[in-house]
Amino acid sequence: MKILVVDDEPDMQTLFQQRFRKEIKEHKVDFAFAISGEEALSYLNKHEHEAVLILSDINMPGMSGLELLQHIKEKYAVPPPVVMMITAYGDSENYNQAMRLGADDFLTKPIDFAVLKEKLKIENNA
Amino acid sequence: MSLEPFIAFLYILHLRKSSKTFASLQQWDKVFIGLLLAIAFLFVIEVVFSAGFIIKWLWHLLMLFIITATFKLPELSRFKTIMLAVLPLAVILLLKDLIKPFTDQFFVSIKNLLNYTFPLATTWLIALSIIWTRQQKALEKERQLRLAEEQQHKIVEARKMELELLVAERTAQLTRQKEELENALVDLQTTQKQLIQSEKMASLGELTAGIAHEIQNPLNFVNNFSEVSVELLDELKDGPLHNLPQAEQEEVEVIINNLTQNLEKINHHGKRADAIVKGMLQHSRSSSAEKEPTDINALVDEYLRLSYHGLRAKDKLFNASIKTNFDENVGAVEVVPQDIGRVFLNLLNNAFYAVTEKKKNLAGTYEPTVSVSTRRLDDAIEIVVKDNGNGIPQVVAEKIFQPFFTTKPTGQGTGLGLSLSYDIIKAHEGEIKVETKEGECTEFTISLPLNIIPDI
Ligand SMILES: Nc1ncnc2c1ncn2[C@@H]1O[C@H](COP(=O)(O)OP(=O)(O)OP(=O)(O)O)[C@@H](O)[C@H]1O
Ligand SMILES: [Mg+2]
Repeated sequence: MKILVVDDEPDMQTLFQQRFRKEIKEHKVDFAFAISGEEALSYLNKHEHEAVLILSDINMPGMSGLELLQHIKEKYAVPPPVVMMITAYGDSENYNQAMRLGADDFLTKPIDFAVLKEKLKIENNA
Repeated sequence: MSLEPFIAFLYILHLRKSSKTFASLQQWDKVFIGLLLAIAFLFVIEVVFSAGFIIKWLWHLLMLFIITATFKLPELSRFKTIMLAVLPLAVILLLKDLIKPFTDQFFVSIKNLLNYTFPLATTWLIALSIIWTRQQKALEKERQLRLAEEQQHKIVEARKMELELLVAERTAQLTRQKEELENALVDLQTTQKQLIQSEKMASLGELTAGIAHEIQNPLNFVNNFSEVSVELLDELKDGPLHNLPQAEQEEVEVIINNLTQNLEKINHHGKRADAIVKGMLQHSRSSSAEKEPTDINALVDEYLRLSYHGLRAKDKLFNASIKTNFDENVGAVEVVPQDIGRVFLNLLNNAFYAVTEKKKNLAGTYEPTVSVSTRRLDDAIEIVVKDNGNGIPQVVAEKIFQPFFTTKPTGQGTGLGLSLSYDIIKAHEGEIKVETKEGECTEFTISLPLNIIPDI
C-alpha cells in the first residue's frame, strides 16, 4: 500500500521511515512524502492510478491541509482516496472543519504510531 | 332687709364660677350649692314671714363664717381681697344690730358714727369689687395668654420631636447609603483587580497558547525520535550485536544500554514538557463543549471515584477516608460536565496529595480525611472540598491560582491545576475560594450561579 505523508517538517520523513522500517523492509507499505499541499497534489496528478492513502498535517505554509483535503475530495471523484488528517491537540476547530470536508479519519499530534499501525491494518482490510 | 345675703350669695356664686379655673375649689362645689340654697331659703323665709329680727343674726353669723373661712382656708386665700372689701361693711352692719337695743348717749354717738361710715364702707366695697373684677379679668387674660403659650410650646415641642425623628431617620438613611457606597466601592475595586488580572491572564493565555503550539511540534519529534531510537537500539542488541567478537560484544552492550537509558531520559523529560504544554493548551482553549444540565452530585461522586482509584493505582499504599455530604436539592445545573469534572478532579487530587504528604510525616494517630459536600443556596450551588492536610501558608496561598505555581517536587505537578480550575469556574460565572488553617486543613469552595430567570 502506498502512503503519501504530507507535512512541512522534513524530519517527518525520517521518523516515518524509522517507525515503519520493518513494514517497509517487508514491502507491506511504501511511503511517499510531500512537504506541502501543492507538492502533494502534483504527486497525485503524476500517480493517478496508484491506490493511495493520504496522511496530511493541517497547519502548513501555502496550501493548508484542509484545502488539500477539499481539492482531493472534489477532484478525485470515484473513489476518492482515503485521507487521514493530523490535528493538533485540542484544536477542535480544525477537527470540525476537516470532518465537514469529508476526512476519513483523524490522528492527533503527537502521532501515536502504535495507533496508526492499528488503523492502517484496518484500512488495509477494508 | 339685710345686705349680707346678697353679698354672701354673690360671693359664693363668684367662688363657684372661679372653681372652673381653680381646681382646688371643685371639691366644695356641693357646699357652695348648699350654702346658696340655704341663703335663698332663709331669704324667702325672711321676706315671707318678716322674720328679719331672727334671721338677721343668721346673716351676721354667715358673714362671720364666710370671712373666717376665707381668711383661714388656704384654698380661699386668693379671695382675701374680696373679704377685705366686705369686712368694713359687715362689721358696721353687725355693730349696728348689736348696739341697737342700747340707747345711751355713747351708743347713740357710735350709731351715728356707724351711719356716717356706712356709705364709706359701701363705697369701699364697690371700689374694691371693681378693682378686683378688673384684676381678675387681667389675670384671666394673663392665664389665657400663658395657656396659649403653653399650647404653642407643646406644638413646638412636638414639632421638635418630629424633627429629631426625621433627623435620626435621615442619619440612618445616610449611614446606610454610605455603607452601601463603601460596599460598592470595595466590590468595584475587587472587580477592577479581577479585570486587570483576567486581562493579564487573557494576554498571557494567548501568548502561552502560541508558545505551547510552537513547542508542541519540536517536542513531538524529541519524543518520537527518542522512542524510535530505543527501538533501533533494541534491534541492534537482538541482531547485529551477536556478530561481534565476544570481547567487544560486552563493551558495545554497555554502551548500547547507556544510550538506551539516555534516550529514555530524553523521552521522560520530553513527556514532562509535553504534559506542561498540554496543560497550557487546555488553559487557553476556548471550551467547545456545550453546557448541559448536569447532576452535580453524581458528577462529584464520579470524579471522587476517579481520583481515588487513580491515585490508588499509582500508589498501593495510598489510603484516605472520604466523607460525603450531598444536598439532594442541588439537582441538575447547566455546566460543561467535562470542564467542571476537571476542576473537581484537580481539587480532589490536591486534597488527597495534601493528606498523603501529611501522613508521611505523621505516623500513627493521624487519619487522612477528605470531605466533599454540596449545598443548594437561593440562586447558586456550592461544592466544598475539604482536607485535613497541612494547609497552605499565607505566602503560598496568594499564588496557588497562578499558572505554573506548584510546591510539588519537580516532575510531579505542573502547577496548572488550580489556574485551569479558576478559568473554568470563571467561564461558568462562578467563584472559587480557598480557606486554610496552616497545619490543619484546607477548604476549597466553588459556587456556581443557577441563573434562575426571576419570574416577574
Ligand atoms: N488541598 C491543598 N492543600 C495544600 N496545598 C494545596 C492544596 N491544593 C493546592 N495546594 C497548593 O497549591 C499549589 C498549586 O496547585 P495546582 O493544583 O495549581 O498545581 P499542582 O497540584 O501543584 O500541579 P498539578 O495540578 O498540575 O498536578 C500546589 O502545589 C500546593 O502547594
Ligand atoms: Mg493540582
